[in-house]
Amino acid sequence: MLNIKKDLVIIGGGPAGLAAAKRAYDDGIEDVMILERDFELGGILPQCIHNGFGLHHFKEELTGPEYAQRFINDVDERNIEVKLDTMVLDVTKDRKVYAMNKKEGFLEIESKAVVLAMGCRERTAGAIGIPGTRPAGVITAGTAQRYTNIEGFVPGDEVVVLGSGDIGLIMARRMKLEGADVKAVCELLPYTGGLTRNVVQCLEDYDIPLMLNHTVTAIKGEGRLEAVEISEVDENLKPIPETAKTIKADTLLLSVGLIPENELSKKADVVLDDRTGGPIVNEGRETNIEGIFACGNVLHVHDLVDWVTEESQIAGAHAAKYIKDNFSKTEQCAEVKSGENVAYVIPQKLELEAGDRKKIPLYMRVSTPLTAVDINLYADGEKLYSFSEPFAKPGEMISVPLAQKTLDDLGNVNEIKVDIIEKEGE
Amino acid sequence: MVETKTLTCVACPKGCEVTVEYEGDEIIEVKGNACPQGRDYAKEEIVAPTRILPTTIRVKNGALSLCPVKTTKQIPLENMFEAMKIIGAEEVEAPIQMGDVLIENILDTGADIVATRNMPAEL
Repeated sequence: MLNIKKDLVIIGGGPAGLAAAKRAYDDGIEDVMILERDFELGGILPQCIHNGFGLHHFKEELTGPEYAQRFINDVDERNIEVKLDTMVLDVTKDRKVYAMNKKEGFLEIESKAVVLAMGCRERTAGAIGIPGTRPAGVITAGTAQRYTNIEGFVPGDEVVVLGSGDIGLIMARRMKLEGADVKAVCELLPYTGGLTRNVVQCLEDYDIPLMLNHTVTAIKGEGRLEAVEISEVDENLKPIPETAKTIKADTLLLSVGLIPENELSKKADVVLDDRTGGPIVNEGRETNIEGIFACGNVLHVHDLVDWVTEESQIAGAHAAKYIKDNFSKTEQCAEVKSGENVAYVIPQKLELEAGDRKKIPLYMRVSTPLTAVDINLYADGEKLYSFSEPFAKPGEMISVPLAQKTLDDLGNVNEIKVDIIEKEGE
Repeated sequence: MVETKTLTCVACPKGCEVTVEYEGDEIIEVKGNACPQGRDYAKEEIVAPTRILPTTIRVKNGALSLCPVKTTKQIPLENMFEAMKIIGAEEVEAPIQMGDVLIENILDTGADIVATRNMPAEL
């Protein structure tokens, strides 16, 4: 067994791992190693060939591979050590990482800090239990994306998409452009889970019908998918049998949600949040285990990679600080709570000394869509401040800055709470 | 003939539902937009909608058999399938650098097809 010592180990070489590595390096921690299970860096971005990335971070519109390439180039320029085709098997709470690859065999890496950046995976057909047979042709939208954009074959001719998350919308257009007949995108809920831009440019541009309040109620076919039965659902999301109709299709793409991939986190006794499926973290993105940080989609599923980058820079900076041993915690920890119509807030607790920071960005998502909202922040039940936004949608993350000065003025705080509700008087 | 069309503005994530009344290329009225961007968006969408086309091109001797590409600027939406046909008929040789021009001035749109990643030669 090969024994290695490293200041910082980063698990996952996608956008989160790359940005965290770059930031930690630039903050003075040069002894960094990125472990990546795929044959190349970039995570999911190399297969996300569409444009729409980078508008916030780079102030220009890039495709997924371009966004990844810029960070890969940054990591290359810094000579940050990368192990590809390397699978991490275990992480302990004293920050030992166990991994293996074909060339070196079994590796034990002792580190001063670990950044968890494993990303997320798609919910599959098994996870949603659609009735019917189990033929070939029922695949996740992300799998279809990999087949089409990386491996070079289009997985079907007649397509139905279930779920209107962004990957589903993007793949509806992609398969249409590649010559498939995309018959419909069905969404169980009365609103789409994807970005508005994607609904317009992927569906409306190509006359692909978006069927809200509809779901797939049966899968039909022997060997290969032959048809799907779709039905309208009532207000309790239960299918209405008399609305059932059959659509001929050889491919059903599932875009029904993403799950942060935290099997390794659990091995290190990292405590997870039921709402996000990711670790509970403080404002430095440190988990309950000292020196273990988390960022990107392993922490919570993001809408835009730009926010993954922003968050991973926070994690990378704090991992570097932690390694340099100038990381102190306040005596009192303030919990950040999700109030009315808030699905979750990241970070879940504030416990670090302020240092020279000016503000703490709080990332959140709403539970249900609303137009004209008030976003209210409370400290120990007292309203801190409130501001209005023209809309709030579950598909789009909201970032609310909490000014450090406000916190300083308050002194000791036990609880910060946010709610996002209909604007008063509307 | 005066026509009416309802569009979802994508100038910002708000996604205003904008109703446009128009005759040919002439915009008569734009309603439902919260800001002036909505009016510009609606006008462009009625007169000549354009989009970036991101797709893939086949690669000879590459680490992967496809390289992702895009148009260097927006091209008319109505040209998409024709452009796909041209790109689909091409095959380019690795190694390729991000930004390399693989097809020039596709369909006389003034847009080039460029690689959106580095593609090393087959290992």
